[in-house]
Amino acid sequence: MSSDQEALGADAQFFQHLREGRFMIQRSEGTGQFVFYPRMICPKTGKKDLSFEEVSGRGVIYGTTAVQRPEKYGGNYNLCLIDLEEGVRMLSRVVDVDPDQIQIGMKVQAHIESVDFGTFKNSDQPVVVFRLVEAA
Amino acid sequence: MTYTLKGKGAIVGVGYDGLGSRLKRSPMDHMANATFKALEDAGLELSDIDGICGGTFYHMFPTLVMAEYLGIRPKWSNSDQTGGSSFLSHLQEAVMAIEAGLCSTVLIAYGSNVGAVRNFGILDTPTYDGIYGNDQPLPGYAMAMGRHMHQYGTTREQIAEVAVAARQWAALHPDAVMRDKPISVEDVVNSPLISTPIRALDCCLMTDGGAAIIVTSAEKAKDLKQKPVYMLGSAGAHWHRELQEMEDLTVTPAKESAARAFANAGISKSDVDVVQLYDAFTINTIMFLEDMGFCEKGEGGAFVAEGRIAPGGELPVNTNGGGLSFAHPGKYGMFTLIEATEQLRGSAGDRQVQGAEIAVAHGNGCVFSHEFTTVLGTEATL
Repeated sequence: MSSDQEALGADAQFFQHLREGRFMIQRSEGTGQFVFYPRMICPKTGKKDLSFEEVSGRGVIYGTTAVQRPEKYGGNYNLCLIDLEEGVRMLSRVVDVDPDQIQIGMKVQAHIESVDFGTFKNSDQPVVVFRLVEAA
Repeated sequence: MTYTLKGKGAIVGVGYDGLGSRLKRSPMDHMANATFKALEDAGLELSDIDGICGGTFYHMFPTLVMAEYLGIRPKWSNSDQTGGSSFLSHLQEAVMAIEAGLCSTVLIAYGSNVGAVRNFGILDTPTYDGIYGNDQPLPGYAMAMGRHMHQYGTTREQIAEVAVAARQWAALHPDAVMRDKPISVEDVVNSPLISTPIRALDCCLMTDGGAAIIVTSAEKAKDLKQKPVYMLGSAGAHWHRELQEMEDLTVTPAKESAARAFANAGISKSDVDVVQLYDAFTINTIMFLEDMGFCEKGEGGAFVAEGRIAPGGELPVNTNGGGLSFAHPGKYGMFTLIEATEQLRGSAGDRQVQGAEIAVAHGNGCVFSHEFTTVLGTEATL
């Protein structure tokens, strides 16, 4: 990690990569394992050996729920846990599909997009959301 | 490592107040009313209290505010915040402080008006939950229930049995908020969806209220008004804070906390007469019974079916009606200790488990993040 990156901090680097259109996740040089969420030192080993690598964005739904919300407030929406191919799990949303259709085990693909919910609602900071991958 | 706290401290007073109310009282007003009742129950004066523990959703420095409100200058205080399980940690820490000679009698108390104001105060949302608008804790518990059904074939009807049993127990408690509202499995599975697969009757109540307990040394406890309820074993465990960090949505740190607490107390599951679990949602009861070893992982659904945890069942669980049907003023942990105390005193009235000598109280913090198990017993178990 360069001193510029050190100054920025772990989360801010992740967000900067997303603004530049790249889905990057840290990997530990010592363990070879990917680490998410972003950190300054490697969890478990405590080493300062994490660097960002671009990931495939391919994942599988581990857990999912359709949060019920009245239509006038935007209707029901999905929240889910996705196991990425690289071996880490992240919370996200699967978009552009009826939340009741989303099931454990379905394949999904990451997209970097501006969103109308959460911390970065309607801002210049895009986040990672997912869409279902159509069965071949 | 050797546990040295077995039988060293005892709960000598309990109290709660304002449950289910929609009053204009502040959280500290509820705390004070509960404290008044706990002191009266113990036969102690406020001036006997020289240690204090507590935590609310509304105070960064809860023990400072509590002690000031009550007009006491404690020799020791602690506001360890681990969610709804905090108060079980506080009990352990209070016994440690008493054993260490830092103080002699500790008040553990809190108050909440979450029912009236629907305000979770200073409760923080982890960064990556915030980004996706994950308003904890509901969606996390919903995903856990979904995973349990997916992995083990647990049915909607089995899970509903937890809510029905809790309501049956509540019918036997004069102070239970839902005392006069019986429900059936059909009612639960047809109640409005909240976050799939969780429905309204799978969720704990959101009430106001305050609760308090008073703890002192085993030696002092012998001379007080109530039959002492001794802390035999205690242990906490936490494995994550954010939902995405949970390794397996169907396995909680209760697996670790219960094993250590039972070992500390020198008991096994067959010694347990009554169990009080933090049932924020119906699935919690099932997962905690599994993690504590009362049944195998994945068999919790079948275990709770056919009235096994209901009044008259083989294993009495949440005999006050639990967070689902007794009360849930934002955090429920204290009520697991209060109901365990009532059962071990033999003062639980219509819901009394005959001959109860050993009780387990178990608190849960955040989304299966922090788990704390406490084993309590009568004098006969020392």
